[in-house]
Amino acid sequence: MSSAEPLLIAKGISKRFGGVAALQDVSFDVRPGEVHTLAGENGSGKSTLIKIITGVHAPDAGTIVFEDQTFESLTPRQAIALGIEVIFQDFSLFPNLSAAENIAISTHVAERRKVVRDVDSRRIAEEVVSRIGIRLDLDAAVEELSVADRQLTAICRALAQEARIIFMDEPTTALTRREVQALFRVVASLKERGVAFVFVSHKLDEVMQISERITVLRNGVVVANGDVKEFDRTALVRAMTGKPLTDTPPSDSVRADAAPILEVEGLTLAGHFADVSFAVRPGEVLGVTGLLGSGRTEIAESLFGITPADSGSVKIEGRPVRIRRVRDAVRAGIGYVPADRLTQGVFLDQSIARNIIAGSIDRLVGKLNLLRRSAASAIVSRGAKELRILMPSPEAPVRSLSGGNQQRVVLAKWLTRNPRILILNSPTVGVDVGSKHEILDMLRDKAGEGVAILVISDDVPELVAVCHRVLVVREGRVVDVLEGDRLDEDEIVKELVA
Amino acid sequence: MRSIPWNRLRGRNNEGVLVLSIIAFSIAVGISTPSFWGWPTLLDLGTNSLINLVFAMGVLLVIVSGGIDVSFMAIGIFSGYAVIILPNATGFGADYAVVGFATAALIGLGLGLLNAIAIAGLRIPTLIATLGTQGIIRGAMLLWVGSKVIPHYPAGLDRLGNDYLVTVHSGAAATRLSVLIIPAAVICVLVGLLLRYTMIGRSIYAIGGDEESARRAGIPVTGIKVFIYVFVGVLAGIAGMMHVTRVGLANPYELVGGELDVIAAVVLGGASIFGGSGSVTGTVLGVVLITLVKNSLILLGVPSTWQRFAVGLLLLVGITAQALSARLRRRGPALAPGVAA
Repeated sequence: MSSAEPLLIAKGISKRFGGVAALQDVSFDVRPGEVHTLAGENGSGKSTLIKIITGVHAPDAGTIVFEDQTFESLTPRQAIALGIEVIFQDFSLFPNLSAAENIAISTHVAERRKVVRDVDSRRIAEEVVSRIGIRLDLDAAVEELSVADRQLTAICRALAQEARIIFMDEPTTALTRREVQALFRVVASLKERGVAFVFVSHKLDEVMQISERITVLRNGVVVANGDVKEFDRTALVRAMTGKPLTDTPPSDSVRADAAPILEVEGLTLAGHFADVSFAVRPGEVLGVTGLLGSGRTEIAESLFGITPADSGSVKIEGRPVRIRRVRDAVRAGIGYVPADRLTQGVFLDQSIARNIIAGSIDRLVGKLNLLRRSAASAIVSRGAKELRILMPSPEAPVRSLSGGNQQRVVLAKWLTRNPRILILNSPTVGVDVGSKHEILDMLRDKAGEGVAILVISDDVPELVAVCHRVLVVREGRVVDVLEGDRLDEDEIVKELVA
Repeated sequence: MRSIPWNRLRGRNNEGVLVLSIIAFSIAVGISTPSFWGWPTLLDLGTNSLINLVFAMGVLLVIVSGGIDVSFMAIGIFSGYAVIILPNATGFGADYAVVGFATAALIGLGLGLLNAIAIAGLRIPTLIATLGTQGIIRGAMLLWVGSKVIPHYPAGLDRLGNDYLVTVHSGAAATRLSVLIIPAAVICVLVGLLLRYTMIGRSIYAIGGDEESARRAGIPVTGIKVFIYVFVGVLAGIAGMMHVTRVGLANPYELVGGELDVIAAVVLGGASIFGGSGSVTGTVLGVVLITLVKNSLILLGVPSTWQRFAVGLLLLVGITAQALSARLRRRGPALAPGVAA
């Protein structure tokens, strides 16, 4: 339901930071009631554009037109007053306060209230929730809500402020497929009321399903824009990366005649998963998929000794091993790349070099437990080269890298140990398309070297692109194994929503 | 699995657990020392709690906002001591207790501003900032205000210090409830209302929950922090004044060192050291529990050196309980009902 008259037009926006041109003559418009996807790799200028539209930065050149008002630049307060709201990836909610209060607090602040009662917050929240027809436990503290409900809370908060354009950063990343569909229903009903959305996302398949238009940025310049129907996946990827990318099928690396490296028999962790059995051969990439909360992450964490299993047996190269703590798993030759790299995978404020050697520190110490510097720097340069980590210097903190490069640092940390078994949990979440392809390529290379790989993921194209077999986990049990002809996107989606 | 009645009994900040602990502890002490039962214990509890209660109300605000303060006792004794020594030296404000308390509050406000500048202005971490100001304030008092114990009081304060709401005679001994319990109770109610019903109070919870989000929501974070530390200064000034009034002797070496009791009480009262939660009811119960434990140790004839040991232990118990319940909450059920197919 998008009318032709734009609500917001950013015209000829340019912005430089120091010597770097973040945006050059970028024009972008949003129509009432449309979903507009803003795509581009990390560092393409998406965030800068949003910050200019929401008043965080002032542009060096260009104007912003909202309805019939023209601005040289906006302040955050002006942007909010116009109805421009941003929902950040972290939602910016208060975990300790009730959903109702979270929804109402910005309104209270804007109205410059001095006194507030719970009933005031509830009234505001209930009005919004009933307006968009969703169910939300308004009395629960936000920390007790699911990720999907937290996102709804953030949307409700924007709507309580009479939002007319809502920018959402990676709106689908943390959601299960079913939750994504629920979100899209809410978005669709708000479109009917003329609320516009701008989605910033790497997950092209999902956002294209609901967008009317798309704008692609590369290196601070608009390289493509138009009706979503005019673009297919390949064209978009080419626009974003500047080079054609082809989906390579999983390589033929499985050594079918070789004995399995990893054999798992009847693995059980009460309350999380039960009776999980599988085997992985050298060179094989085994996918493990399921909804969030199905137990897929817990299986991986048990194999790595984070939450040891209650019962069941694990054999590595035929020999039974007991994994009761992380150290046992590392000694047995298992590497693990966790899902939440920001909190579990890297030391954000430490240097890239220190992060890479953190996984193999035990092998780098000589007499007196002192670090052998030459061996350490050899590992760092090997890791950086193998994974093509783009970095200013190995001494720069990991925080300064883009999402894709941070993920490569996590991978480098484990790969430089030469693990026999590599477990990756959602390896490409929050990573741009170009980096994603390179990470998947690298996994294929490792499989080719005979490493057994376990990929925990609900990213269907990714599973199809690298896995030889996929286990489907539902309510803590392996309910199906997809391989051969049955291993395609439709089949996995069917299993996931079954 | 926890059922709902237990959750309700437990309260949002473990208030229920505290009430049960206080009852259980009282029964245990009462069995071994029957003289524990009776009005004197209760009146003593009130009189001995009231000063820490006022300090605790300030500390509660700081902890809810995600900070910590270790300078409040220094502010308290500075303010109380200065009010006693100034009239002696200048003859100012000699007779009215109200003038004394107002002056103490004003001095506390000024000293609280020092914390506000360090924390909200210079963005120094709260523990380090207040550790620094604690030293500065105490040192400044001993250097420039005075370092002698002052026993002569202006008449108004002297009267107030010996004014009692209730007096109970048992044999030759008399136990009394100081009239200062009234302003202490009023302060608790006011802080309760502030936290519950004002935008400032809700903003303090919001900042404790997520400071960056608070900023994005348009909450004036710096202004609220200035308010918090100035307010704590005012409360500390009043509490310090109550202390010197009640003791009847202005000793500049008192109070500082007693921070542990107050912080332990607030944390036991359910305020999260990570910020974002805490209640007046819980804090009152925490102060009562700490005072009760300390009083009872005396009653049981335990050497007083054990008091600090016991309070330190209680602080760790309180923090451990918080950490454990936070971990349980984070884990939650693995297979949430709505998620499974």
